[in-house]
Amino acid sequence: MDALILSRLQFAANISFHILFPTITIALGWVLLFFKLRYNATGDGAWMRAYFFWVKVFALSFALGVVSGVTMSFQFGTNWPGFMETVGNIAGPLLAYEVLTAFFLEAVFLGIMLFGFRRVSNRVHTLATVLVAFGTTMSAFWILALNSWMQTPAGFEMRDGVAYATDWWAIVFNPSFPYRLAHMLIASGLTVAFLIAGLSALRYLKGDRSDSMWKALRTGVFLGAGLIPVQIFVGDMHGLNTLEHQPQKVAAMEANWVTRPNVPLVLFAWPDEEARENRFEIAIPNGASLILKHSIDGVVPGLNDYVGNHPPVAPVFWGFRIMVGVGLAMLALSWATGFFLLRRGTLPRPLAYAYAPMAFSGWVATLAGWYTTEIGRQPWLVTGVLRTEQAVGPVPAGQVGFTLTVYVALYVTLMIVYLGVLTHLALKAAKDGDQTPMPGVRNEPLAQPAQAGE
Amino acid sequence: MTLDWPVLLPLIFAGLMGLSILIYVVLDGFDLGIGILFAMADDDERDTMVAAIGPFWDANETWLVLAVGLLLVAFPVAHGIILTALYLPVFVLLVGLILRGVAFDFRAKVPVHRKHRWNFLFFAGSLTASLSQGYMLGVYVLGLDDGLAVFGFGALVALCLAASYAAMGAAWLIYKTEGELQRKAVRFLRGALLFTALGMVAVSLATPFASPRIFEKWFTWPEIAWLTPLPIITGGAFLWLWHLSFHLPLKGDRHSITPFLTLAAIFTLGFAGLAYSFYPYVVPDRLTIWEAASATESLGIILVGTAFVLPVIIGYSFYAYRIFGGKATELTYD
Repeated sequence: MDALILSRLQFAANISFHILFPTITIALGWVLLFFKLRYNATGDGAWMRAYFFWVKVFALSFALGVVSGVTMSFQFGTNWPGFMETVGNIAGPLLAYEVLTAFFLEAVFLGIMLFGFRRVSNRVHTLATVLVAFGTTMSAFWILALNSWMQTPAGFEMRDGVAYATDWWAIVFNPSFPYRLAHMLIASGLTVAFLIAGLSALRYLKGDRSDSMWKALRTGVFLGAGLIPVQIFVGDMHGLNTLEHQPQKVAAMEANWVTRPNVPLVLFAWPDEEARENRFEIAIPNGASLILKHSIDGVVPGLNDYVGNHPPVAPVFWGFRIMVGVGLAMLALSWATGFFLLRRGTLPRPLAYAYAPMAFSGWVATLAGWYTTEIGRQPWLVTGVLRTEQAVGPVPAGQVGFTLTVYVALYVTLMIVYLGVLTHLALKAAKDGDQTPMPGVRNEPLAQPAQAGE
Repeated sequence: MTLDWPVLLPLIFAGLMGLSILIYVVLDGFDLGIGILFAMADDDERDTMVAAIGPFWDANETWLVLAVGLLLVAFPVAHGIILTALYLPVFVLLVGLILRGVAFDFRAKVPVHRKHRWNFLFFAGSLTASLSQGYMLGVYVLGLDDGLAVFGFGALVALCLAASYAAMGAAWLIYKTEGELQRKAVRFLRGALLFTALGMVAVSLATPFASPRIFEKWFTWPEIAWLTPLPIITGGAFLWLWHLSFHLPLKGDRHSITPFLTLAAIFTLGFAGLAYSFYPYVVPDRLTIWEAASATESLGIILVGTAFVLPVIIGYSFYAYRIFGGKATELTYD
């Protein structure tokens, strides 16, 4: 393998590992704020107990996000010097704003949020939680602005092969940015909703019936049930936006080889790049035309218009299907569970058994979605401006191969440990119930009717 | 040269980048150093040592992201040249930083019988990260060359930088702890101080002799007259700290923060010397800051944000250090 493909694999490995943790911290920050505000409003210590449990998960995820994020900031230079040399005038300020407005906000106030509950007033502690949540979201804002600009560049001109900014507003709010930002923020919300509900379901299965478990479980289930329909709607709009600006990506997502009307919706197929056709195809007639053009004889662009200039079909096609499949499973599970919690006030064991392994379903869908959109951008690094192979650095393949191997081994190990620690924390919490002392926390719930089943 | 924006902006950003590197070295220096000193502490002491850096290390490491980020966004060409030349040491640095960062969090959350493993990784990660930073400094000073001599010099600087981080760590412990651990930290400081001095002498001698241009900058009249105080003050600070280390801890914990501040001053002086040597180059003797800089309008956009945000960052960093001031106690998530 040459340095190009190794460098791509290495970048993919690093960013795939990295994105998992911000996906958790972006939304978990807001959920923690919700727990905190509920505690402030009700004086019920169980909310604070839920807060302390999930703040540990936050700390762990944040640490992994920081260390893998540091790696990312070096990657541009070590492996892709051509990227900054060509579009540095645009990517630079966006990255700079990310570090300045977001990274520091999170990192500095995280200390107060994690360790400061008894050192600062309750008000300052709540404020620190707000700032950390706001910081993680701003991080997402800037980095997605850059990523979207790479997908659908705008507001610049090329002079001597280097991009110069002409309109910063157009650069930040480039055509795909609003859709991508909304889609990713909701994806983060869903990831956290299922993580919280999943780990709470695990505690439930271990016999934990504590107040704090129920509060977290209900938060996770209702958050997931509320977000998933919104996500399906936003995802559809994002897809239509992609059809407008990157039609070759949509053609690959649908494995549609020929531009034509009455395009079927392919449910299953093995896209064959050599023969430029699908094998073993199972499809719904006119489905893709209906979804993409809202008419059964709508003309859908096919890959034949982009020969030599479209992404590899199979990974994009499958990435998209995995994402949608997980999304549908999320819809079914969260609505079924939400129904039982609302109407019956119980959690049936089969649903708890289904929820526990779905704790990390958000990760699967997020990664599948990112693979769809990032592989779907190929062969371009910046659509129409810079091809991926033009940006790779002069480092020999042997060195890249070596570092890639170590990174992958390290990431696999860390992932196993991370999952192990989360499980350990959940089991330990299940065993302790709500019995351990919480110094500094008032526990005087306002008089409220007991809820059935709790 | 006239002072217009295309001239000024790269200069400002070189200054900001230098400032970020210096703050990073001082701040992450003490928490990396405490990781190195893990090797010489027992289990109870380790918990206290971690408590002394717990609320800070995330933010400390962020200064590295800012420094590398500024190199990336303000001097993209230099970022490419430097990081591809230092490909493997950068990789070692990153692995070290990853290991220590996660070990820091894992050690407190894994089942108790596995804590040892993560204590070791916290030490090993801190040490490799420090060594690789020193190695990179050595190679950079010699103009990013390769060859056995460069490797040897890099290894020497690596050892000395790790030792000076250990000195920073010890100084921070003197400030944040009391009793036996504090007395131990004083002994650590004294040992590490020798290597710190050795490293600074080595870098100070190698820099002018590796480059005739730098030699010229230091050893000509009248520059030499107003540069002479720099090494003299540095040497004086070393001697004073050495002397102080025989008397610490003092009654009423007087001067407990002094070793840390003195070391920070020594780092600043050494850094100023380096900055003077290499100016105006960002890649030694190859690429000046103006040749490597981004477009003026892009730098302008970044500067606007920086001017607002950087004072705020520095302000709330001070606030966080004040909240967690005083002696380190047990660290809990509440």
